[in-house]
Amino acid sequence: MDFLAEAVVAFLIVVGSIFGLVGSYGLAKLPDTMMRLHAPTKATTLGVGSILIASMAYFLFYENLFSVHELLITLFLFIAAPLTANVIAKAHLHENQVDPKQLPAPEPQASGQTPGWSTFDPEAERQDVR
Amino acid sequence: MIAAAVTFGFAAIGLAVLLNLYRLVLGPGMPDRILALDTMVINAIALIMLYGIAQETTVYFEAALLFAMVGFVSTVAFCKFILRGDIIE
Repeated sequence: MDFLAEAVVAFLIVVGSIFGLVGSYGLAKLPDTMMRLHAPTKATTLGVGSILIASMAYFLFYENLFSVHELLITLFLFIAAPLTANVIAKAHLHENQVDPKQLPAPEPQASGQTPGWSTFDPEAERQDVR
Repeated sequence: MIAAAVTFGFAAIGLAVLLNLYRLVLGPGMPDRILALDTMVINAIALIMLYGIAQETTVYFEAALLFAMVGFVSTVAFCKFILRGDIIE
């Protein structure tokens, strides 16, 4: 039992740190911003989730202490990661002004209006809000 | 075994932070730098948790929780500033 608990915690720590390293390596290595967005928001979040589970298991096995803090951190990180990816992708699209004519045309809605493509709102572009 | 795993974890996550620093310094655009900072915060959370395991204490969990919150809010604020030129309209 004792050996099993130790093996589980050590395995989770090693797997988590390898995932974190792979995510950061992808951030440094991949050639394009949109590609670079994938590595940290997926691999690194998974890695830190594994380390948090390892910490939870450690304090459960060795100190008989069930701590909810790790669950809170995991929940928060897993909610935050997709939102972060979304806002960074939007910022990237705005930084590198893509020609809206080259993008696929959005379908008209049931209300009859044609929406803008992602962050490129046709109304906002006309008024030059940016 | 756990001590060896924690040492390995410190080394791997430290190397990851160095790679993030590389992207933070060299990243060609603003979104790259924001992404590098966000990844750095996540790696810092992992380092804090590993330190908590190494020291067998639970006092660092609050710090990690605060890091998670503040990192997310600051990332969104940076992106909002790029998108709109203002944070609170």
